[in-house]
Amino acid sequence: MKRILLMSAAMVVGLSATASANEALQGLIDDPKQWAIQTGDYENTRYSELDQITKDNVGDLQVAWTFSTGVLRGHEGSPLVIGDMMYVHTPFPNIVYALNLAEDGKIMWKYEPKQDPNVIPVMCCDTVYRGTAYADDTIFLHQADTTLVALDAKTGEVKWSVVNGDPSIGETNTATVLPVKDKVIVGISGGEFGIRGHVTAYDMKTGERVWRAYSMGPDSDTLMDPENTTHLGKPVGAESGTNTWEGDQWKIGGGSTWGWYSYDAELDLFYYGTGNPSTWNPAQRPGDNRWSMTIMARNPDTGVAKWLYQMTPHDEWDYDGVNEMILTDQEVDGKMRKLLTHPDRNGLAYTMDRETGELLVAEKFDPEVNWTTGVDMDPDSDTYGRPAVVAAYSTEQNGEDVNSTGICPAALGTKDQQPSAYSPKTGLFYIPTNHVCMDYEPFRVSYTAGQPYVGATLAMYPAPGSHGGMGNFIAWDNIEGKIKWSIPEQFSVWSGALATAGDVVFYGTLEGYLKAIDASTGDELYSFKTPSGVIGNVMTYEHAGKQYIGILSGIGGWAGIGLAAGLTDPNAGLGAVGGYAALSDYTALGGQLTVFALPN
Amino acid sequence: MLTNRRLLSAGFVGLLAFVAAPGLAETLPSRDDPAIAAAYEEGGRYFTEDDIPTFNVAEDGTVGWPTFSGFRRYHAECHVCHGPDGEGSTYAPALKTSALTMDYYDFIGVVAEGRQKVNASQNSVMPSFGTNPNVMCYLDDIYVYLKARGTEAVARGRPAKKEPKSDLIREDEDACMG
Repeated sequence: MKRILLMSAAMVVGLSATASANEALQGLIDDPKQWAIQTGDYENTRYSELDQITKDNVGDLQVAWTFSTGVLRGHEGSPLVIGDMMYVHTPFPNIVYALNLAEDGKIMWKYEPKQDPNVIPVMCCDTVYRGTAYADDTIFLHQADTTLVALDAKTGEVKWSVVNGDPSIGETNTATVLPVKDKVIVGISGGEFGIRGHVTAYDMKTGERVWRAYSMGPDSDTLMDPENTTHLGKPVGAESGTNTWEGDQWKIGGGSTWGWYSYDAELDLFYYGTGNPSTWNPAQRPGDNRWSMTIMARNPDTGVAKWLYQMTPHDEWDYDGVNEMILTDQEVDGKMRKLLTHPDRNGLAYTMDRETGELLVAEKFDPEVNWTTGVDMDPDSDTYGRPAVVAAYSTEQNGEDVNSTGICPAALGTKDQQPSAYSPKTGLFYIPTNHVCMDYEPFRVSYTAGQPYVGATLAMYPAPGSHGGMGNFIAWDNIEGKIKWSIPEQFSVWSGALATAGDVVFYGTLEGYLKAIDASTGDELYSFKTPSGVIGNVMTYEHAGKQYIGILSGIGGWAGIGLAAGLTDPNAGLGAVGGYAALSDYTALGGQLTVFALPN
Repeated sequence: MLTNRRLLSAGFVGLLAFVAAPGLAETLPSRDDPAIAAAYEEGGRYFTEDDIPTFNVAEDGTVGWPTFSGFRRYHAECHVCHGPDGEGSTYAPALKTSALTMDYYDFIGVVAEGRQKVNASQNSVMPSFGTNPNVMCYLDDIYVYLKARGTEAVARGRPAKKEPKSDLIREDEDACMG
């Protein structure tokens, strides 16, 4: 019965579960009662087939139970649910709790790693962690200090652990890992410290390293095949990871890999994006800085890249390309296509053919985006696939020590990591966004290992001349490249969305609300104020015949930096300044899981 | 005076764990305080009568170069934890207050050596910036900028008018940055 239900979902999102996808995990993902992977499924749709909670009854939602994590900093990600067990993670010190849902959430085991607190300040932007992963009766914890630990899911005992990076040169972790087949694929953070980003596969059974692919460097490091790895359909050629850099700059080139990964079992490719090139001063690193700011499609067994696409060559604004890559099968011009949709920090949402890497759509998903007039979509053009940069907003063209003003979006992007959801029922993407612009002044910096390598001064403020708020929650059509509707929010929406078969979409807000809206119209159906601001992702599961909605509260992260004190618009009149309220007027630190259900 | 300041600096970590507690502002020194007011100028830099670096704001709002330089360096090196304009974040204290409540030499010491507050209720770690020329070569600038913010002698955002960079400051910067 379960299987039959799932077949309908498979049609739209391409859940062609083959033996290669880690069969047991794929089975759990296919069962909507579980929440077996942070992203909801390998396709990153964050869509659930559960339909007990519907748009007609969601207004009756109540808090069913709560759990305090004991940690007070930014809580990103979400718990996992496997059978009777729920696995809850925390930011640094990265505690994992196993709660027994059959025993009212009794703590079955708790794992708290010992980590050197010196890793804390090396993490850009708070000590967030976007959650554990599960496969083969194992919980995979990727700690802030880059230690990857395999824990026995039943007992919490350590099966193995391996160190993936070096915090003393600025390498840290904030991301979840991707279990694929017999491997665990892991990324790295540290773009603000001049690291060289990489993706690494470890053997799921032993923790042994299988391969590592760097974001830049010689072909042997980037695992690119000069003939067969393509960029917009053309072979990348030899040494593409060094020949757009000056000298040895690629060695501290950035391109961190801390976002959300997706996987297509049929094509046997996984997808992720790379972050900004280091430093933030573009004048100090001439060239396109490949392969920072790039969508990557790689083979999980070998790491070899099949195709890639650099969205923002020679970044001038810190528009990391790490956001989620959502895989859907949809009709384009009367033909079914295997698509990849990626709403990028740079304010453009890209729709690509995920098999070939062909660029189909690149459109702004916030009308205020102004640094580019758009992407050259003509395959015969010399600048095919490149964004046309508006000179006034080019921090490169304006030069060092010049303050470029009014750039939209700000460095935190039209959206950051907060993941979108996709409903195959509506064919819409639900995207949490930031509505913030900035002034950006780059200047010369020198590199010291393990120290911030930034080189720009930024001032951020709500998009001028708009609704005055700092966020929107939008419904996006990825084929037409158009916003269907947009809900203004006072603060950036920094929570991952969830779409369900009950025609409801959920998201959290920085003030701490969990909101439920109508998947078709965006009309608000329910809201509840949780104890602290929400930067976690909404998840759902079913236990003992009842559907639950879970969300982590705990303000912090990037959003906690600027918004805590409030942002000011330097160009606004005196009267307007007071309008941009500080987040600290609405919420305080916290760390809590709140679980909702319909009344009995 | 000194005792009073030390007491404040001991208390500030707990109080400012979230964002500056509004009540604290009343106990902070004003811009006319001898510990704040510029007593003399030397090569584009300003000092108190006790030879501690401080800011200067002319009547038309023109800030001394070091204050402007501090604004720039603060927003490159410090603001990813301590928030815009020295206002603090959800997890790091408002440095515009620290610059007033902490002794100058203590302030320099914490930046150079770092500091940890790690216990059951908080995980607060200030790294050591002692080897980072992008911070250390501009530390007095950052300090006077934050002092100016703490007394509200400089409003939030980018200072609109600034004095030019003096030859002495340029020479010192080149020597320090190498």
